Amino acid sequence: MRTILFIIQKEFLQVFRNKSMLPIIFILPIVQLIILVNAATYEMKNIRVSVVDLDLSGTSRKLVSKFQGSPFYLLKNSSFSYKEAENKMKQGKIDMILQIPMGFEKKLLTESHANVQFVINAINGQSAGLTNAYSTMILLDYNREVLIENANPSMLGGLRSIQTDYSYWYNPKLNYKTYMVPGILVLLVTIIGLLLSGMNIVREMEIGTIEQINVTPINKIQFIAGKLIPFWLIGMFELAFGLSVGKLLFNIPMEGNLGLIFLSASVYLFVILSFGLLISTITHTQQQAMLVSFFFMVVFILMSGLFTSIESMPKWAQNLDRLNPVMYFIKIMRMVLLKGSGFADISPHFWSLVVYAGCSLSLAILRYRKVS
Amino acid sequence: MKRFRGFVIKEFYHIFRDYRTLLILFGMPAIQLMLFGYVLTNEIKDAKIAIYDPSNDVITRKITDKILSSGYFILERNLSTVDEIDPVFRQGEVKLALIYEPGFAQKLEKTGRARIQIIGDASDPNTANMLVNYATGIISNFLVSMNSEKVPYQITPEVRMMYNGELKGVYMFVPGLMAMLLMLISALMTSLSITKEKEMGTMELLLVSPMRPWQIIVGKVFPYVFLAFIDACIILALGNMFFGMPIIGSISLLLLESFLYICMALSLGILISSITNSQQVAMMISLVALMLPTILLSGFIFPVENMPVIMQVLCHFMPPKYYITIIKSIMLQGNGIEYVWRETLILMGFTAFFLGLSIKKFNIRLTS
Repeated sequence: MRTILFIIQKEFLQVFRNKSMLPIIFILPIVQLIILVNAATYEMKNIRVSVVDLDLSGTSRKLVSKFQGSPFYLLKNSSFSYKEAENKMKQGKIDMILQIPMGFEKKLLTESHANVQFVINAINGQSAGLTNAYSTMILLDYNREVLIENANPSMLGGLRSIQTDYSYWYNPKLNYKTYMVPGILVLLVTIIGLLLSGMNIVREMEIGTIEQINVTPINKIQFIAGKLIPFWLIGMFELAFGLSVGKLLFNIPMEGNLGLIFLSASVYLFVILSFGLLISTITHTQQQAMLVSFFFMVVFILMSGLFTSIESMPKWAQNLDRLNPVMYFIKIMRMVLLKGSGFADISPHFWSLVVYAGCSLSLAILRYRKVS
Repeated sequence: MKRFRGFVIKEFYHIFRDYRTLLILFGMPAIQLMLFGYVLTNEIKDAKIAIYDPSNDVITRKITDKILSSGYFILERNLSTVDEIDPVFRQGEVKLALIYEPGFAQKLEKTGRARIQIIGDASDPNTANMLVNYATGIISNFLVSMNSEKVPYQITPEVRMMYNGELKGVYMFVPGLMAMLLMLISALMTSLSITKEKEMGTMELLLVSPMRPWQIIVGKVFPYVFLAFIDACIILALGNMFFGMPIIGSISLLLLESFLYICMALSLGILISSITNSQQVAMMISLVALMLPTILLSGFIFPVENMPVIMQVLCHFMPPKYYITIIKSIMLQGNGIEYVWRETLILMGFTAFFLGLSIKKFNIRLTS
């Protein structure tokens, strides 16, 4: 036990003496949390529209003003040339063209049916889908108005309507920050933890100081434990710090039991850190260790379900994602913080993390050899 | 010049002898592209829903059918009371709940009106928003078809999706992944390779050699220009072959812009290495400071236009943003240099800025 304490003391000294590492470990992540949370929004607003109104009738003008009045749209310019508008789209200056053909009003009144065109820049498929949905909604609304204005009551008699009300639970205003803070915090803790541990042993190998440890009576388990615990403490501290920042600055809800969060976090950090140490024992230079950690980090982060939903992945990828510790922890964080889920709800994810921690820890201990 | 050539050859040996790094360097982009090309999509499909349908009549069953056959939703549970929604949401599987009003069809017949309540689990606001939109859309389509023939004065939209008719997610992810991988690999590898010489003490040896400092730096960086460029080609080729990512515009312009971007990232790497002395610090700076901002502030995942104004201003300082704009414009819209000259100039500016700063910071002696 005393031996472990000495190693821990040594690791802490190393971290705290390195003046250029301290801000990277403690300040940079918090700054990033504060800044990046603001960037992460899918919320659509300011869809830039160019109107090509070739009809210039009362009906078409009213339709345009409907778009103008919607908070989602920003009327950029209007012209009479579709070519001009398309060129604007090519330059990336507008997201959508609303084209109203010539004779639109006349056709609507005589044939009782008319078309308008939505031309949408669909490079970002998701935004395009939403833009289409919003525009169609506006048009449907407008349809109803036109109908009431022009149709006689007898025609309206047989119409049936289904009213749909929707509500958003746990986050009624669709505040993206409450959703992003826990997620980004997990990512930051993961990056720091994985990098610190992943570079650790291999660094000693590269510098040669590992030889000095190899000739001491420290055994494998003590060595790995001594390396893990300092980073574990740093990780826990950072998580707690990040959560307080989230609470104070972004007022993220904390519906569930915080103890549950920290319980899961303690297991999760063991997973990440022993994973890092494992990388550290199988690589030979810091450069390799870093590239390997980078690879896993990108895969873990992008597949974590924070940016794209896990349900829409193909089945094989969802199965593969069971190997992704970040996914479990982000789920737990969100469930407990935002929905107030209890232990029973998160237990499948929790036990997966426990199994994961056991496996990677024993692998790291097994892989570490006291010879160079 | 001969000396310089010798130095570059030495650097190439360094890299090619370390076959593990090489394997990672070329394998990583390929694997990641394949993985993400198939996995990452923002499209919704098979979202699990719960339905509370007390009347279970002809019309509610029809609506349920419509919703389940859309491909977006699958039925996870039939609820027997409204109170079950909360516990079901808490377990985390079900994303949306649909509640029909009791006596749905009867009410619709008698009064011409009936209500459906849609509840989304907004602990994931993005998914909730999309799901609610889809469900509402399906129901109003159903309504239109139910009332069809009866409604006069219809304006219908003709929708044309430009540049990406099938709304593929790959079109977003290939450019984003390129920007991220090239940035990180170039910046990381150069900063590590220079700080490694410092850490090992071999930098002293290089500095006392008859080579000029700039020759040392250029020699160090040169192999990585080459490697990163190959990586860029791998990503482009795979994206094109497997995911049908088109390259409508000129390939040579695309490669030229990629080359410029790589140079920018390398000069950033040089800057990082000139202000740090250990590999660990260099790596932490490159990864911790660059990784998430490159993912989040570049338009890779979150469109820049939707961000608050301050964040948009901040995004102007992110080089990857310009690169992503450029390659999307060339690959998907087939634009020429006349559409992207501004972004190109900005990238050049960044390169010059980073280089200038690192020349100012570069010390010919290690211990001051």
